[in-house]
Amino acid sequence: MSSAVASHAHPPTSTGLDHRKIAIWAFIGSECMLFASLISTYLIYKGRSVVGPFPHEACLPPICVTALKPILNIPVTSFSTFVLLMSSLAMVLALAAVENRGKPGYEGILGSSKFWLLTTAILGTTFLGCQAYEFTSFVHEGLTIRTNLFGSSFFTLTGFHGAHVTAGVLWLLTLLSIDIKRGLQPKDALLVDISALYWHFVDVVWIAIFTLVYLIK
Amino acid sequence: MATAAVSPSYAHAGESYQSGIWSWLTTVDHKRIGALYMYTALAWFGVGGIEALIMRLQLKGPNGHVVSAEVFNQLFTMHGTTMIFLVVMPLSAAFFNFLIPLQIGARDVAFPRLNAFSYWVYLFGSLFMNSSWLVGMAPNGGWFGYAPLTTLAYSQGLNIDFWMLGLQILGVSSLAAAFNFITTIINMRAPGMNLMRMPMFTWMAFVVQFLLVLAFPVITIALVFLQFDRFFGTNFYTMTAGADPLLWQHLFWVFGHPEVYILILPAFGLVSEILPTFSRKPIFGYPVMVYSGILIAFLGFGVWAHHMFAVGMGPIADSVFAVTTMLIAIPTGVKIFNWIFTMWGGNLRFTVAMKYAISLVALFTIGGISGVMHASPPADLQQTDTYFIVAHFHYVLVAGSMMGLSGGIYYYFPKITGRMLSEKIGNWQFWLTFIGVNLTFMPMHWSGLYGMPRRVYTYDAGQGWEIFNQMSTYGAFIQALAGLIGLYNIWHSRRKGEIAGNDPWGAPSLEWSIPSPPPEYNFETIPTVTSRYPLWDIKSPELTSSVPHSRHGDERNDVSLGGKRVGGFHDHMSAGTPEGGVNPSAHQASTKVSLKTAEQLGIPMPYPTIKPLFVALFMTTMFASLLLIHKDKLQLAVGGVIASALAMTFFLYAWLTSPLEPHHH
Repeated sequence: MSSAVASHAHPPTSTGLDHRKIAIWAFIGSECMLFASLISTYLIYKGRSVVGPFPHEACLPPICVTALKPILNIPVTSFSTFVLLMSSLAMVLALAAVENRGKPGYEGILGSSKFWLLTTAILGTTFLGCQAYEFTSFVHEGLTIRTNLFGSSFFTLTGFHGAHVTAGVLWLLTLLSIDIKRGLQPKDALLVDISALYWHFVDVVWIAIFTLVYLIK
Repeated sequence: MATAAVSPSYAHAGESYQSGIWSWLTTVDHKRIGALYMYTALAWFGVGGIEALIMRLQLKGPNGHVVSAEVFNQLFTMHGTTMIFLVVMPLSAAFFNFLIPLQIGARDVAFPRLNAFSYWVYLFGSLFMNSSWLVGMAPNGGWFGYAPLTTLAYSQGLNIDFWMLGLQILGVSSLAAAFNFITTIINMRAPGMNLMRMPMFTWMAFVVQFLLVLAFPVITIALVFLQFDRFFGTNFYTMTAGADPLLWQHLFWVFGHPEVYILILPAFGLVSEILPTFSRKPIFGYPVMVYSGILIAFLGFGVWAHHMFAVGMGPIADSVFAVTTMLIAIPTGVKIFNWIFTMWGGNLRFTVAMKYAISLVALFTIGGISGVMHASPPADLQQTDTYFIVAHFHYVLVAGSMMGLSGGIYYYFPKITGRMLSEKIGNWQFWLTFIGVNLTFMPMHWSGLYGMPRRVYTYDAGQGWEIFNQMSTYGAFIQALAGLIGLYNIWHSRRKGEIAGNDPWGAPSLEWSIPSPPPEYNFETIPTVTSRYPLWDIKSPELTSSVPHSRHGDERNDVSLGGKRVGGFHDHMSAGTPEGGVNPSAHQASTKVSLKTAEQLGIPMPYPTIKPLFVALFMTTMFASLLLIHKDKLQLAVGGVIASALAMTFFLYAWLTSPLEPHHH
């Protein structure tokens, strides 16, 4: 008998990677198509709304009963985009803290995965807060998901993204609770790694949304 | 052949492999989940078949009065939806589940509990969608559910709600399974099983998982838009708000055309297993078969608008999609020719499985050729929405997918249950199916070219359609008879079918090296693979030695399969290792091999668990609660969604925080 097959335990994986790492990449591939469909629909419907408010243009009578200003608030969204980008940085540091637990240079704040996980979650929640503020102010200015094509496609697209951020925050808080309970060790790095892949993906999607929806007129 | 009445040739693998209903509800074993998929899909095949028979009765003669127009709409919608999402896809999933781990030399899939979850979501989703019959509001918008026809303005009942929520649930099942199988195939191949040594079925399954992963999110979003339109009053499909009437069609067919290949490629894979075995030749042009499967899938994403030639997209779009569609015929034709060349000069054995496989090759070609015909926009304008199209897609789906899957059942049933299906009864089933399929669908080409539109619930006399419709109706009943015979064959085999032994067919791939049915751990020792045809290397090396390129990176020294040296001599073989020989009647009905349990062997097996079932159940009730929005019971709906979501989250956390198996590595 060949010595290579003597073990009855689980054989090493074909790629050497953990199953979960492969699965999360497949999942992210699927999510790409999900957001591609949402973003395409938004772009196809751009400029097709028959009533205001509009994203970048004012809506003047007679199209709208009263004059409506362009609705997108670029400064607030630029701030929330910055916050989300910074959350990815915190996520990287959280993973580094777990991977390098106990190594020189990772004492103090740099080695505190709890701090960085919490920071990531807080930044994500801040982003969600900005989105809640944005949605509320849009509704006050007369744009709901039912108002026009822009409202339908905008709220659905950004709402789906917000739901993904929410799921990510819950995931981060779950990791944080594990970290508090028993402390995440280098052998647990994969748990943080796959959540980080998801988090960065959600971040990258936002960069596409911010560019295509907010910046390009 | 060996006597029928002997007990199984081995004792079953101990107490850990329990029987009883609880063991099925909690199973995480890919083989049992595969069996669940198979039997559930066959049950829905009966339901979808009955729906077809009622329609055929209605259309047998002009001005039929069997059902009303409204019921007819529900019948053709649910017939299509059932056959695609509840029969062909799950039947393919049954083979994915059962075969992928066995063919790549693994002990289970990568995520056994997620696998159970996929099955239960499929079961509950299918029950939810069909529960619409009980309230008399089955979906009635066609399996394609074109918006704006399916929006609230034109479809007020719950019919469409059942359909879109049901599809959403089923999509979760398909996606979860696809992530699982992709990971399994990439990451759990036995030593030496490099990609270009994988059996063709696993290859086609691999390709299909990518189609699922990339196509299903698109229909998910199309359905989300429809849900939002119907439930929350958004405007995605509201023309007066400026919406594009083609948005749904584009999104749907970006999903819908890859879906066609999701339906056919698993059958192609099965046929690519059956033909070499019964021709006793390696598959002709293995690498090209692999590449053409990948190319079909890749091109499959670029042809969706050929379903929409009639909407007037303009000459440039029409030409582009006509050309890409015709391009797909090339890799498909390559496959057809490679199957023919596989049989060419082979030592053919016409078993029932082989007959089904050959009829796929022959009849799929007919459907493929009519497909190329309406790849041309001018021809399509004549044929679209007529019975010619119905003839086309039934030739590819019934004479293609179902023939391949039926062949797969005859081929793999012995491996799944340990007993052979009767060849005698099977021959009756095959020939009746063959006659029935052609009698049903061939005349539809004529009724279509004579102008009979699809989806009409009745027609007037004197248009030259009577004779063709009569033939189709008789053909459908012959198919139904064939189906009943097949059912009887399964029942007969379970009771007194011949004992199969490890390798009743003299097949080349790994799944035939282990007992039938396989023990829960599949392989006592993980095999080491040195070629595409590991069993033929041992049993009949002459089959592969003369074929150029049948080996890939061959290394025959110091490698083993089932604990035995490969490339050595036959006296190395003993009971429990690959055997069976060239002669199929030589299987070992007389040798009794006691299989060891996983505990005795020290193989860690996943714990059975009920949690995936509950997660699936509460996910289904979460979607089902949304029906109440439409009935103006918003508070009840929100309550139902929140309660279901909480229950689902509870079981999900319980699942994720409980260990998979006894030992951690």
